[in-house]
Amino acid sequence: MRKAFLPSLIVLVTIIIVARLFYLQIIDDSYIKKSDNNAIKIKYDYPERGYMFDRNGTLLVANQPSYDVMVIPKDVKDIDTLGFCKLLKITKEEFLKKIEKAKIYSPRLPSVFLPQLNKKEYAGFQEKIRKFQGFYIQKRSLRDYQVNAAANVFGYITQVNEAIIKKNPYYKSGDLIGKQGVEEVYEDFLRGTKGVKYVQRDRFNREIGSYKEGIYDTIAVQGEDVTLSLDIELQKYGESLMINKRGGIVALEPKTGEILALVSAPSYDPAILVGRDRSKNYTKLNDDTLAMPLYDRGLLAEYPPGSPFKIMTGLIGLQEEVIDVNTSFVCHHGFSYGRGAFMKCHDSGTNNLHTGFAHSCNTYFANVFKLTIDKYPKPTYGVDAWSNHLKSFGLGSFMGYDLPAGRKGHIPDSRYYKRWYPNGGWRSTTIISNSIGQGEVSTTPIQLANMMASIANEGYYYTPHIIKKIKDHTIDKKYTTKHVTTVDKEHFKPVIEGLFGVYNEGTARSLRVEGIDICGKTGTAENFTKINGKRTQLTDHSIFVAFAPKDNPKIAIAVFVENGYWGARWAGPIASLMIEKYLRGKITRTDLEKRMLEGSLQNEYAKVTSGQPFSINN
Amino acid sequence: MKNQSVTNNIDWITIVLFIALVIMGWLNIYSASLPVQETSIFDIDQIYGKQILFIILTIPLILVVLTVDAKIYEKYAFVFYVIGLVSLLGLFVFGKTIKGQTNWYSLGGFTLQPSEFVKTSTALLLAKYLSDVQVNLKNFNDQLKAFVVMGVPLVLILLHDTGTAMIFVGLVFVLYREGLPSWYLVTGFSAIALFFMALLIEPHFVVAIVLVIILLQYLLSKRINRNPIASLVIFVIIAGFTYSVDFVYDNVLESHQKDRINVLFGDNVDMKNEGYNLNQSMIAIGSGSWFGKGFLEGTQTKGGFVPEQHTDYIFTTVGEEWGFVGAIVVISLFIFLFLRIIYLAENQKTKFSRVYGYCVATFLFMHFLVNISMLIRLFPTIGVPLPFFSYGGSSLFAFSILLFIFIKMDANKVNEW
Repeated sequence: MRKAFLPSLIVLVTIIIVARLFYLQIIDDSYIKKSDNNAIKIKYDYPERGYMFDRNGTLLVANQPSYDVMVIPKDVKDIDTLGFCKLLKITKEEFLKKIEKAKIYSPRLPSVFLPQLNKKEYAGFQEKIRKFQGFYIQKRSLRDYQVNAAANVFGYITQVNEAIIKKNPYYKSGDLIGKQGVEEVYEDFLRGTKGVKYVQRDRFNREIGSYKEGIYDTIAVQGEDVTLSLDIELQKYGESLMINKRGGIVALEPKTGEILALVSAPSYDPAILVGRDRSKNYTKLNDDTLAMPLYDRGLLAEYPPGSPFKIMTGLIGLQEEVIDVNTSFVCHHGFSYGRGAFMKCHDSGTNNLHTGFAHSCNTYFANVFKLTIDKYPKPTYGVDAWSNHLKSFGLGSFMGYDLPAGRKGHIPDSRYYKRWYPNGGWRSTTIISNSIGQGEVSTTPIQLANMMASIANEGYYYTPHIIKKIKDHTIDKKYTTKHVTTVDKEHFKPVIEGLFGVYNEGTARSLRVEGIDICGKTGTAENFTKINGKRTQLTDHSIFVAFAPKDNPKIAIAVFVENGYWGARWAGPIASLMIEKYLRGKITRTDLEKRMLEGSLQNEYAKVTSGQPFSINN
Repeated sequence: MKNQSVTNNIDWITIVLFIALVIMGWLNIYSASLPVQETSIFDIDQIYGKQILFIILTIPLILVVLTVDAKIYEKYAFVFYVIGLVSLLGLFVFGKTIKGQTNWYSLGGFTLQPSEFVKTSTALLLAKYLSDVQVNLKNFNDQLKAFVVMGVPLVLILLHDTGTAMIFVGLVFVLYREGLPSWYLVTGFSAIALFFMALLIEPHFVVAIVLVIILLQYLLSKRINRNPIASLVIFVIIAGFTYSVDFVYDNVLESHQKDRINVLFGDNVDMKNEGYNLNQSMIAIGSGSWFGKGFLEGTQTKGGFVPEQHTDYIFTTVGEEWGFVGAIVVISLFIFLFLRIIYLAENQKTKFSRVYGYCVATFLFMHFLVNISMLIRLFPTIGVPLPFFSYGGSSLFAFSILLFIFIKMDANKVNEW
């Protein structure tokens, strides 16, 4: 018994110690983290973001260095707070608030204390940083815009928020990320990959070499330069034409689907969303709920397209073989489609397809639409056939272009009408407004531009895209895949001739450009707003769609000017100037150009907020 | 058969365990003290270089110990003991203070800690005293003398160094083996348990529990065995002890000692101040996982987060770099060594060498227990070295002498006729 005591005690103590070690080393894994926090410092090497070029190789977006003051709250001690605040021109309250905020994010991980010092501030601070334990400078690159244009195309750069950090572990507090436009869509290419260096440090926070000889380290991968399909000269010209107007211009290259210009007015200088005033300026832009400078009208303005839609009615009529080029209808200032139901038309006389386009005759297209729908035994079949044709032109869908903003528009089908008329009883004449682009259809400018590109190509289109080239990468297959329309090639010829007639003898003859054969269509969209809760009609939107030249088209365009009244008043001239500028590089019709550049619709826009009764369409 | 070579009959198992521990110890000292710029392992300016020197110097020391006639140790036990006490007393005059403790003599470039050697001399005298055929530990007088033998150096050491003094308390296990009545141990363990209980929970509550236990014991025991007076006396002593804990804690213990006890139990400990050492030690060990971070790869070790890592905290390097598996290996070596010594002791032919062997095992075990327990928050932080492992000439020399005297006695047992 006495002999056994000491050996037993030794064994017992050993069991306790081993159990305790097992708990500490195997079961409780918190010490691994604590040890990493102690001894391993992660240093990031931020690569420069890729540049953006336009289709002609003009540099659009480059970078400038910026310096963030970072803080690790846990390491901050015994610093000369007043001197520190003076150096960075902040108050002591701000200092405490920022430290507190950083602490809430994490006491151990670095947070941005003060973002984006300029070079002078940086130089002053860099000299004294040694005195401020817990603070360091993180160099990043900020955008440096070479042009004051295309802000809506570029998008902007912002600091990642908590939600992004949680979703994508690549991003750490203080990292930058592209938002909106190309910056957002091509973020992965543009940003490159930051390099990570694990540095071992000792208890005095001194770096004592790389962790595990650097086996976990990665080298920063440079961001890739991207070439946009944008023609920056055309873009700038479009933006200048839209000064003091609201609206959008979308210009495409029909053969490729490349976006040549994407104008949204009003816009802003992309440079104001860089640097420390970024959030202040952003708030200002975001708070302007009337002009909505952050709202990309080329992609988002969703309206009934009006007359340009007649092109589709004609094409579908031909494809469905309910008309041929010679089929004519008589118009007596309108179309009577039921008892007491009458669609007005400004025209009279007998129109075939050609003159129907030239005169934009409502009666003609209402008849074509009615024949198309009634060709089928039931209107549901007719509407679905019609709807499918339209959808094959990219209408009624997001299309899949490479910009983050978009609207689907609306192309109704039988399901839609069955929901509206659950008891049936609807016929071609019930939905006759669709024939002239009113009623239930709605489109966005980029959809109309794509529609024109499909017509220019005589039956196919490529999904519109802003990307032309990414260094060392091929662009997404979906932008090089041809989409063929359900309307056959042979039916486009007469329609194109009709659209050419619009310029020569029709609603846009005043906009002819000597030597360029333009095919186009004017449009007018009624629109309403709510003023003090009352639905109020505003002056019509001016719409114009076109492509040129007629043979071998190089540009397809849709222009939309809010409250610009009829199509040929604002949208038509702007479209023709854009076409001339793109095809010729210079403008011959300087009077027209001057009128457009200087023209303002601000009075029209002021009506809504004036609080006074006002008249429209004058 | 006399005067054979020094290696004759020595226990190789013990020697292999000893060598293994010394080598592993050095490897960990090397890792813990490696500077950023690597130098030769013999670089005498570096801690690991010095330790190599100490290890080399240990070899002739061991040979001397093995060569000397084993009878000398018994014969001159009292002389050694007195030399030991004088060396402790000398500290009051010539002692050098390192980190607040006056435990050292400074000799040229090296320092010597006499208390390390006093363990050996105390063990020798205790063995000699107990081996006297007339001594019986059932007698109070003999108990008292035995306690005086171990108590005098204990008190002298306690004046400078709580840790080493605590090691001496372990000698009670030796006395128990040799016949000390059990109630000494029971009382001792109970006192320790009560002390910590009184610190952990409200003293009134502890006293209440004790009262209930004593009452139950009283009521459940046979009527003839009941002794109300004895029960009352026991209760009063226990209650008095319990209430005095607070007083001792508040008035006797120094603040750093209080901190160490707080760190052991407290949840609200400042990890940057009084809790720093323990916290970093646990992080080092706890982050080792199964197989550790690898030799020379410990981030806690490299970063110097654990203070005194090459001395009292050397086992944290094992835990961090060699992991749980490595720690088990090291612990196993120690345990085998202790059990081997006890086994050899039990097989000694003389009571003197048996008691001495027991003292060796107890000293080594107490060091091991106190040292490792404090690293993993099982025991308050008390600075004692891990035998053969921790850096330091004094401790390596002293432990080697302590152990090899026993190996010599063991080798010599065939001559004990």
